[in-house]
Amino acid sequence: MADVKKIATRESYGNALVACAEDFPELVVLDADLAGATKTGTFKKAYPDRHIDCGIAECNMTGIAAGLATCGKIPFISSFAMFAAGRNFEQVRNSIGYPHLNVKIGATHAGITVGEDGATHQCNEDIALMRTIPGMTVIVPSDDIEAKAAVRAALEMNGPVYLRFGRAAVPVINDNADYKFEIGKGVVLKEGTDVSIIATGICVEGAMGAAEMLKADGIDAEVINIHTIKPLDEDLVVASAKKTGKVFTVEEHSVIGGLGSAVCDVLSEKAPTKVTKIGVYDRFGESGPAAALVEKYGLDAKGIYAKIKENM
Amino acid sequence: MTNLELQKTANEVRKGIVTAVHSAKAGHPGGSLSAADMFTYLYFEEMNIDPKNPKWEDRDRFVLSKGHTAPGLYSALANRGYFPVEDLKTLRKLGSYLQGHPCMQETPGVDMSSGSLGQGISAAVGMALAAKLDQKDFRVYTLLGDGEIQEGQVWEASMFAGANKLDNLVVIVDNNGLQIDGRVEDVCSVYPIDAKFEAFNFQAINIDGHNFDEIRAAFKKAKETKGKPTAIIMHTVKGKGVSFMEDNAGWHGKAPNDEEYATAMADLDKIAAELEKAGEV
Repeated sequence: MADVKKIATRESYGNALVACAEDFPELVVLDADLAGATKTGTFKKAYPDRHIDCGIAECNMTGIAAGLATCGKIPFISSFAMFAAGRNFEQVRNSIGYPHLNVKIGATHAGITVGEDGATHQCNEDIALMRTIPGMTVIVPSDDIEAKAAVRAALEMNGPVYLRFGRAAVPVINDNADYKFEIGKGVVLKEGTDVSIIATGICVEGAMGAAEMLKADGIDAEVINIHTIKPLDEDLVVASAKKTGKVFTVEEHSVIGGLGSAVCDVLSEKAPTKVTKIGVYDRFGESGPAAALVEKYGLDAKGIYAKIKENM
Repeated sequence: MTNLELQKTANEVRKGIVTAVHSAKAGHPGGSLSAADMFTYLYFEEMNIDPKNPKWEDRDRFVLSKGHTAPGLYSALANRGYFPVEDLKTLRKLGSYLQGHPCMQETPGVDMSSGSLGQGISAAVGMALAAKLDQKDFRVYTLLGDGEIQEGQVWEASMFAGANKLDNLVVIVDNNGLQIDGRVEDVCSVYPIDAKFEAFNFQAINIDGHNFDEIRAAFKKAKETKGKPTAIIMHTVKGKGVSFMEDNAGWHGKAPNDEEYATAMADLDKIAAELEKAGEV
């Protein structure tokens, strides 16, 4: 088997900030004592005057970013998803969302693949929290290429954006010449007619693997990568659901309020279809190696495949 | 402006507060009135602003961290010419640009949306930091309630401001001594306030918040002080100017009825007459 290039999307995030620094002179990066882990340390090293360490005080960091944004800066605030979206929810809502300020939230260490740190740091609720805020764009990149494109796209648009990155290295899956990232546009990775597998983030790769396994059983799966949870590519979701009549959503997030819920919201109104949500089932995570957790929680290709077979 | 002119203006600001809250049948008169002299001083004397160009990028900024006292801010802005004084009567009404708590997208002159306590000071710190990053000389002012400083975020923001030597930032605490549930020392004491800010590497100045000489001197000292932010702890009377509202926690978030409104306006008219008389002497 050929070597697959693997890189954590948090790494891509740090690299993308550096790559965008010259094109966006108003970009400043804020951290809450996690620059090493969120990989914004790369930016700090390259542009020390444009990096602000706020100390372990995420809520204040969020307010500072809001103030900076009112003065024309484009702040990227960085922390773990648990704190960036969880601890910070009300600050993001009231100080960034309500005034619709141009602040970008780079949330790393999302989901169970935080691994050994365990449940306190494994945020499976951030997509749900962030997508309820009016005017918030929510992006969950699936790999290095998508993460870098997402950072640039977030900087190009005006308004608050939540970007979700992971801790663990994941395979690069979008390195093809015609890959194009557009906020709000899903990507059909494989066309199919029997079932739709709609995945986001690091689960996109598993979804592709599951589709391969289904193929061996004679099931022709369509695989869609939804990198933008909000605004959701409703047309694409509806069209695929109408074509296959069976939808599976896959995410490294609670099945309550995440991608699965977003898909159900649109389908229940525009094209009622049976949807099976694959994700974290109303429970907390636990300590363990990321890969072992992904397997245990059924979010690898094998787990996704089994769930689909069970619900065909 | 002379002190007398400031006093007269502050009295007009108070009338606007009482009128707005009466018209809205809801709102927060107590803390708006205690800070009315401060709102007046900031918008008529201290801040470098242009009511005709509210978004002027080099203007001084003000963040009302105790956002529930929006009637005080709105009345100062209206009297300063940002929008018609008459519009104060639309406060909190459906479709009004005068929301219950400040909304920067709706109201000319409002530099930051606020209302959830403890958050405004962080935004003010961000603005002061922006000035430093861009080597601009605008200054940033933020007003907090004394009850508000029970919020932990206030101290996160203060630690950052002190550590980063934001000498272009002035944090004003309206120490009227009352919060919704009673006296601040009974609910969860905030005292000492000055020593807390000093411990966070601020210069702390205690003043009588209804004395324009002391307000003027405090801002002068703040401006002259380099290398650290300033906290002005202003001792005030909640409900100041309206006899039955003074030092009464019950008037934190309640509107006067028609009869009470008439009494309140009579109180303020009496003060206006006294100020006129003082001017003639």
